Amino acid sequence: MTTHTKLMAAIAMAGAVGFAARVYTQAPAAASIESLRVGGNVYMLVGAGGNIAVQTGDEGVLVVDTGLAQNAPAVLAAIKKLSDKPIRWVLNTHFHADHTGGNEALSKAGSKTNGQPAEVLAHENVLTRLSAPAGRGGAAPTALWPTDTYSTDEKDIYFNGEAVMLYNEPKAHTDGDSIIFFRKSDVVVAGDTFVTTSYPFIDQANGGSIQGEINALNRILDLAVPAHEQEGGTFVIPGHGRICDEADVLEYRDMVTIIRDRIADMVKRKLTIDQVKAAKPTLDYDLHYGSTTGFVTTAGFIEAVYKDLSNPQGKPRVR
Amino acid sequence: MKRTMCGIALLAGLATATPAFAQVSLVGEWSPRYHEDQPDRIPGPELGDYTGLPITDGARLSADSWDASRLTLREHQCKVHNGPYILHGPIQFRLWEEKDPRTQQVSALRMYLNTYEQERTIWMDGRPHPPEFAPHTWQGFSTGKWDGDILTVTTTHIKQEWIRRNGVPNSEKSSMVEHFIKHGTIMTHLEIWTDPVYLAEPLIRSEDFVLNERTGGNWLWPCEYVDEIVDRPHSVVPHYLPGHSPFAGDFAYRYGVPVEAANGGAETTYPEYQARLRTLPKPVKPAAGK
Repeated sequence: MTTHTKLMAAIAMAGAVGFAARVYTQAPAAASIESLRVGGNVYMLVGAGGNIAVQTGDEGVLVVDTGLAQNAPAVLAAIKKLSDKPIRWVLNTHFHADHTGGNEALSKAGSKTNGQPAEVLAHENVLTRLSAPAGRGGAAPTALWPTDTYSTDEKDIYFNGEAVMLYNEPKAHTDGDSIIFFRKSDVVVAGDTFVTTSYPFIDQANGGSIQGEINALNRILDLAVPAHEQEGGTFVIPGHGRICDEADVLEYRDMVTIIRDRIADMVKRKLTIDQVKAAKPTLDYDLHYGSTTGFVTTAGFIEAVYKDLSNPQGKPRVR
Repeated sequence: MKRTMCGIALLAGLATATPAFAQVSLVGEWSPRYHEDQPDRIPGPELGDYTGLPITDGARLSADSWDASRLTLREHQCKVHNGPYILHGPIQFRLWEEKDPRTQQVSALRMYLNTYEQERTIWMDGRPHPPEFAPHTWQGFSTGKWDGDILTVTTTHIKQEWIRRNGVPNSEKSSMVEHFIKHGTIMTHLEIWTDPVYLAEPLIRSEDFVLNERTGGNWLWPCEYVDEIVDRPHSVVPHYLPGHSPFAGDFAYRYGVPVEAANGGAETTYPEYQARLRTLPKPVKPAAGK
């Protein structure tokens, strides 16, 4: 089981028996955090759960996603090595615990200029999900909730001498995804709309959809501009996995679209889900992204796409 | 006594200097000779020709699904060939040494690949490969060491592209070991390409290059994408659904190669396969426009 699938399994288990209690209080030992410079003043921290982006500058530190709760001390130590300025902003790409678990610790370790804990900014559906996960009873602790939300298609802030753009992509990985673009550093933070370690996790219980996922990948392609030879230029931090550029996102987008098209054809021919699985519509990608164990399994991905395409009502449209 | 000590010191000096000054030099402009695999390397392979490739079933499905129109997508237009592919393709390259100014030890070998203006560095200073979370590039990250007169290079962090120019993919999990072997003005390049996703066994192939006395022949690559099909939605990805490629079976039928052999696979790359080949049925004419 990969690290990513273990994390997603933890999220699923938490959802089944009480989101807050399991994900935020019972945790494995803290991980070691690896830091890599991505572009401009933006760094990627790996090992805390989901990938974390850190932007540093004279005004302070901005953090995108905060990893699992138990890894917050290690994350704070890693950030300290990059900057001794205070954390001023925390942004969340979506609500899953491996991306928001450290919200409280990082927010309280930082401060706004008025001395209050650092702002936590996310799409409003992140707050909706954390405050009352649909059909799952309990909410996450209030200290983990965003303190500031947006409900429009876009939101922007200006920090450390650069524009930081947040783009909401409806019903993609979840219903509250933000793709975040550091315009001067030329770095996109994708959250779990793009990962390099597995097939995409379409969290249908929390508003995700296959077409929204594809739209999100196309949005990243639109934001990214490659340098010479279709290499480098804009860099992309995935929710899980390695630093990428447009060419890498392109191959992933092609893969997801091709699998969507194959299953759509099978749905059109009225194949059952068992027949679809038997036809192996993901065969050419399984040795790279497939898994038979953990949370993001090949079968689970096929089922999610099949379910979505069999009932397209209310799903995002093809762009 | 003094003369003896001087002699020992001189010998010791020569001995320690030997690795820096007695190494084979690969410096120069190199041009390929295409006597090996010419149809594959110059005009390019035909659709459905997977002969000689130890590919996985997944690689075959991916190649059968591949539609050349995918190259009309704006993000695909300016892509270049990756490291494991390009030295087997149409290319000339210039190789030079970068030396530490104080020790005169070679710290890196630099290559300018004239196809698509690519540059490649082979680090010779013992540095480690980057962490797994680092970006991948077309040429990957290469480190080299001398085994006698043979330069052995290990490359990781390679981008996804293809193994054969008809849609047989490689994955980003690829790695490559190369041997550069110089014989006077001839250099043999041997590559061992490993890919746990699309190769069932390592792909091993070789090429010969000749040292050029004259330079030139650069192929510049000022690529800028255009919208080649203006009314196509941006999100479309051209491909054939499984079993629906209009070219399926064409190659096997045209050249009388049994379909099983045309499909490639590890078994087909061994000499023993020739016996089985003689037992296989001849291909039948495929139904056009499936």
